[in-house]
Amino acid sequence: MSGPVIVLVEAPGGEPDRLSLEALAMARGLADALGGGTAVEALVMGAGPGAAAAVAALAGHRVAAAHHSSDPRLDTYAPAAWAAAFGAVIEARGAVAGIGPGSDRGSEVLAHLAARAGLPMAANVVAVEPGATWRLTRQRWGGSLLEDATLDAPVRLMTAAGHAFAAEPVDAGAPPPAMALSAPASDADLVVRVVSHETPTAGAVTLGDAKVVVSGGRGVGSSAGFAVIEELAGLLGAAVGVSRAVTSAGWRPHAEQVGQTGTRVAPELYIACGISGAIQHIVGCRAAKRILAINTDPDSPIMQVAGYAVIGDLHSVVPAISAEIRRRRG
Amino acid sequence: MNILVCVKRVPETGGRIVLTPDGQEIDRRYLGFTVSPHEECAVEEAVRIVEARGGSSAVLTLGPAAAEEQLRDALAIGIDRAVLLESDGADWDPVSTAAAIARAIRDQESANGPFDMILFGNESADNAGFQVGIRVAVALGRPVINGIKGLEVQGDTVRARREAPGGGWETYELPIPAVIGVKEGINLPRYPSVPGRLRARKKEIERIPSPPPDTGSVPAGPSKVLLRLPVQEAAAVEVLGRGPEAAPAVVDMLEQIGVLS
Repeated sequence: MSGPVIVLVEAPGGEPDRLSLEALAMARGLADALGGGTAVEALVMGAGPGAAAAVAALAGHRVAAAHHSSDPRLDTYAPAAWAAAFGAVIEARGAVAGIGPGSDRGSEVLAHLAARAGLPMAANVVAVEPGATWRLTRQRWGGSLLEDATLDAPVRLMTAAGHAFAAEPVDAGAPPPAMALSAPASDADLVVRVVSHETPTAGAVTLGDAKVVVSGGRGVGSSAGFAVIEELAGLLGAAVGVSRAVTSAGWRPHAEQVGQTGTRVAPELYIACGISGAIQHIVGCRAAKRILAINTDPDSPIMQVAGYAVIGDLHSVVPAISAEIRRRRG
Repeated sequence: MNILVCVKRVPETGGRIVLTPDGQEIDRRYLGFTVSPHEECAVEEAVRIVEARGGSSAVLTLGPAAAEEQLRDALAIGIDRAVLLESDGADWDPVSTAAAIARAIRDQESANGPFDMILFGNESADNAGFQVGIRVAVALGRPVINGIKGLEVQGDTVRARREAPGGGWETYELPIPAVIGVKEGINLPRYPSVPGRLRARKKEIERIPSPPPDTGSVPAGPSKVLLRLPVQEAAAVEVLGRGPEAAPAVVDMLEQIGVLS
């Protein structure tokens, strides 16, 4: 029987985030492939006083045990200290693999752990097949290219590519037993940590979590042109997104950029206005359940991935949609 | 303040990636080359910090002889000197890449003095391993943070900001010397001026032959077997209409999928 597969679960405020739940799904698939009753365990980080709630929220995800730290200094994100904690659990449990979420923090912690432990690490894995030699498939170029690779090491370290695995619970199982990690963090590992946090503007919709995203591209034409995009986003309770052309022109802040060098979104609906659909943009929005493209060019690449389209100038189409929503709401 | 920026030559893929028949490389015959977008911003940031605080900047790349082009681009923007770790041009894994760069940085520092800051891109555009900068920092025993979209030097400390999970921003403070992984959005890189380009053309580039390193006890990897393009399921697009007259059909659809409360 092999050691467990352990997953780093980020649980800000006591709620495991979506990418961590996706990493658990990847781990379950790997544990099944390893066979012999291989277990999935979790290391819950960043939950603070919400650790118990975070562990309870893992019910139904087939987690056999949930480790969490009892050192309050680890409640604040500190990449090296989190990596040390993850490494300690992996070693103590004799784990065969350590998996992190495909987030900024997940890839950073796994890279630290790999560097410290002298192990290779594969980022943004979409499939893994254990065996005498482990084979995996990972994303390059933000997901516009796949790499089949091998990974040979005493412990396999990987991150799960975002939106490549389901986040939903799989059964009606009970919450896992919680196991406190006693080892405290070392001062040296706490040098780099979050020292302050600016909360987002009240009422602002976060791009990564938005149910609807209204995005504008080069076709919007100017900074002022975004008034119609913002109006529609406001009516839909949506986040505003933009393409790289827009941030490169300085029309909108980079935090709104969707794509390879910006945010990956997975909303119910992605409305792409005046976006031609370069592959670097598509990889950021193709996890959307539905895409509505509003574009003057019926042959633009965005139409290849869109489920719905309006052929026309966004400057007249988008205000007409906003007006129609207002009219129906009375 | 002495700053080093590490960059990587990558193809400008444009709209569509084409692979060589053996699936080992991107077909580069008709492509131009650039550096990863995050690294373009790292170069700009290094130039700005030296402009504001004095000191000097250097750029380093591990790549084929042709990567001289990317080094000259950085010199044209205002970087002071360039180092080319000349490799066979093969696609090295992150463990080997980081080992070669860490060794070169140690050599550079013993010859020219320490770097106060070493900048990397958050991840390379092509391999996207998310780890070379962190591995180099760990090898050098220096503090490191990735994903940075704002930098401010205050005495012996650098304050670094990045987007927080769930929205907002978070700040880190690193004692100098430090390693920073920069993300696009930290600045808007300038275009090189004509005099800048002329100056860059005349500058000497330090070339250091770099055979693949022995990573010692660290197993290298992941080891590439094959590249392939993801299968794109062709979505059948439903055209809801043309021009503003399509608005009622669009709102019908919004109601139907339940995003209009």
